[in-house]
Amino acid sequence: MSTPVLEARDVSMVFGGLKALQNVSLKLDEGKVVGLIGPNGAGKTTFFNCLTGLYTPTTGSVLLKGDVLPGDPAKVTTAGVARTFQNIRLFPSMTVLENVMVGRHVRMKQGPLASIFHGPGYQKGERAARERSAELLEFVNLPGIEEELARNLPYGDQRRLEIARALATDPAVLLLDEPTAGMNPQETEATRQLILAIRETGVSVVVIEHDIKFIFSLCDSVSVLVQGQLLVEGSPEVVRRDPRVIEAYLGKPPDEVEAEVQAMVEETRQHGDAAESTTVLPVVTDPKPEGEQA
Amino acid sequence: MSTLLQQLANGVVQGALIALIALGYTMVYGIIQLINFAHGEVFMVGAYGGLATYTWIVPESVKDVWYVSLPIVLVGGVAVSVAIALLMERFAYRPLRNAPRLAPLITALGVSVFLQEFVRNFYPNATAALPFPGVFVQGQLVIGPIRVGWSGILLIGVSVLLSIALQTYINRSRMGRAMRATAQDPDTAKLMGVNPDRVIVLTFVLGAALAGVAGVLFGTYLNNINTDMGFQTGIFAFTAAVLGGVGSIRGAVVGAFIIGLVKTLAGQYMPGGTQYDYVWIFVVLILVLVFRPQGLFGEPERVRA
Repeated sequence: MSTPVLEARDVSMVFGGLKALQNVSLKLDEGKVVGLIGPNGAGKTTFFNCLTGLYTPTTGSVLLKGDVLPGDPAKVTTAGVARTFQNIRLFPSMTVLENVMVGRHVRMKQGPLASIFHGPGYQKGERAARERSAELLEFVNLPGIEEELARNLPYGDQRRLEIARALATDPAVLLLDEPTAGMNPQETEATRQLILAIRETGVSVVVIEHDIKFIFSLCDSVSVLVQGQLLVEGSPEVVRRDPRVIEAYLGKPPDEVEAEVQAMVEETRQHGDAAESTTVLPVVTDPKPEGEQA
Repeated sequence: MSTLLQQLANGVVQGALIALIALGYTMVYGIIQLINFAHGEVFMVGAYGGLATYTWIVPESVKDVWYVSLPIVLVGGVAVSVAIALLMERFAYRPLRNAPRLAPLITALGVSVFLQEFVRNFYPNATAALPFPGVFVQGQLVIGPIRVGWSGILLIGVSVLLSIALQTYINRSRMGRAMRATAQDPDTAKLMGVNPDRVIVLTFVLGAALAGVAGVLFGTYLNNINTDMGFQTGIFAFTAAVLGGVGSIRGAVVGAFIIGLVKTLAGQYMPGGTQYDYVWIFVVLILVLVFRPQGLFGEPERVRA
């Protein structure tokens, strides 16, 4: 078996006397979508913070393609892990395009002096970043609003913009923290299609969600976190039938959940063909970024 | 009437000078929410650095050739200002990055006093004001009743040019975007791969470079410099930054020209003359703080660079 793209090994996080995470392990294989569910306060976001270097795990380690990730958010991003936030955290006074271009930061090479001297390399890099950012905005279905200030966007669009900004860092792994929170069913469905499209481009995804129908119809495998501990992990079929999960989290007879999920899956199958023809996938022709970081 | 026009012209020159310094205050505040009270001293050491360069580095043969000596002196002044700012950031402010906001503020005051006394004690004969070479740009521009020295015109030109360049840099470059992102949300910027240390250092360097230019040009304009000049002009620049809205680049420039005009006009027309120009500047500051605390171009929340 090949090395997983992202692997968390026995990650524990202790705040004072509170054990927020206890020996949580997770493997993410390339091109897969893993769901992370659990009741409020189970430690899902804390786990994300450990994965992105915002927290340094008390014990345990996080590996990207077999290498231990540094405990510094900027370096983790450079290495190829990007994320969105449960509470949207865009740069409110920057334009939509500029927000995405900040995501492009680590893949551009211009140092502080390059733009003062305005060399051809600077012009080229800036143009490439602009084009790639516009392309990503189209990919997340936000075309034509590049110059709008981020804070003026409707809620659902802000969530999509966050995803575009995260994708701009050319991640190997994308972490989505409740991407459909506060969305209506149509927007939720669009987000699901978007995540599937992202997976098609070869990016592996970890997604935190409370909407279990969304999770079960989207993910290749699901991990359930309860009180900082990994309760179950496995394929959606296995997880949603697990009595412990049903008791701890779902609170519904498995048959009922089953029926709802089946309906969703069916719906996707019908949607799938239509969505594929309309979604424009940004093709990365040059596997190398515009340049190394200065 | 001709007095008024003359004072307006003087005010614009003053404003140009203050703008170069106010930009440093406003940028540093935008990024780390620190009023760097030692920034006036960065301007002062720029002037002394320029003087030292002229005295000991510029060869005797080209001392009177302004288009050769002035660039060298400018580079010298800027180099000294930037070096001091880098040391200041590294050793005085960075260790206090996560301390309560009051700690770096008090430290800034300490650094300010330290630098003044350091230059006064260790620069040769600096206990009194020193003459600054006036050879660079001699003569005056005369338009009707207005006379402005060419050094003043140079100050205005350089100030406007650098302000526009800075604004463009911050809006259109990779590092400029990183600066604005850091100003708006440092943690998220970090998660997008922006190295905060690099952004902070760049901010100090840009501010110091402008202050260094201002220091040298101030010397050529007034032909003498002293160790208090940073404190005095720094207060004007700080007021200008607050007036324009601390954190706003455009605000700092507009605020600086308003302060420059208030200073010269009050000195001419208000009772007490130039001795009381401070008073009127602080009246402006108080009015701003009471009626528009976020300044002319500031936003109520901290979301700009």
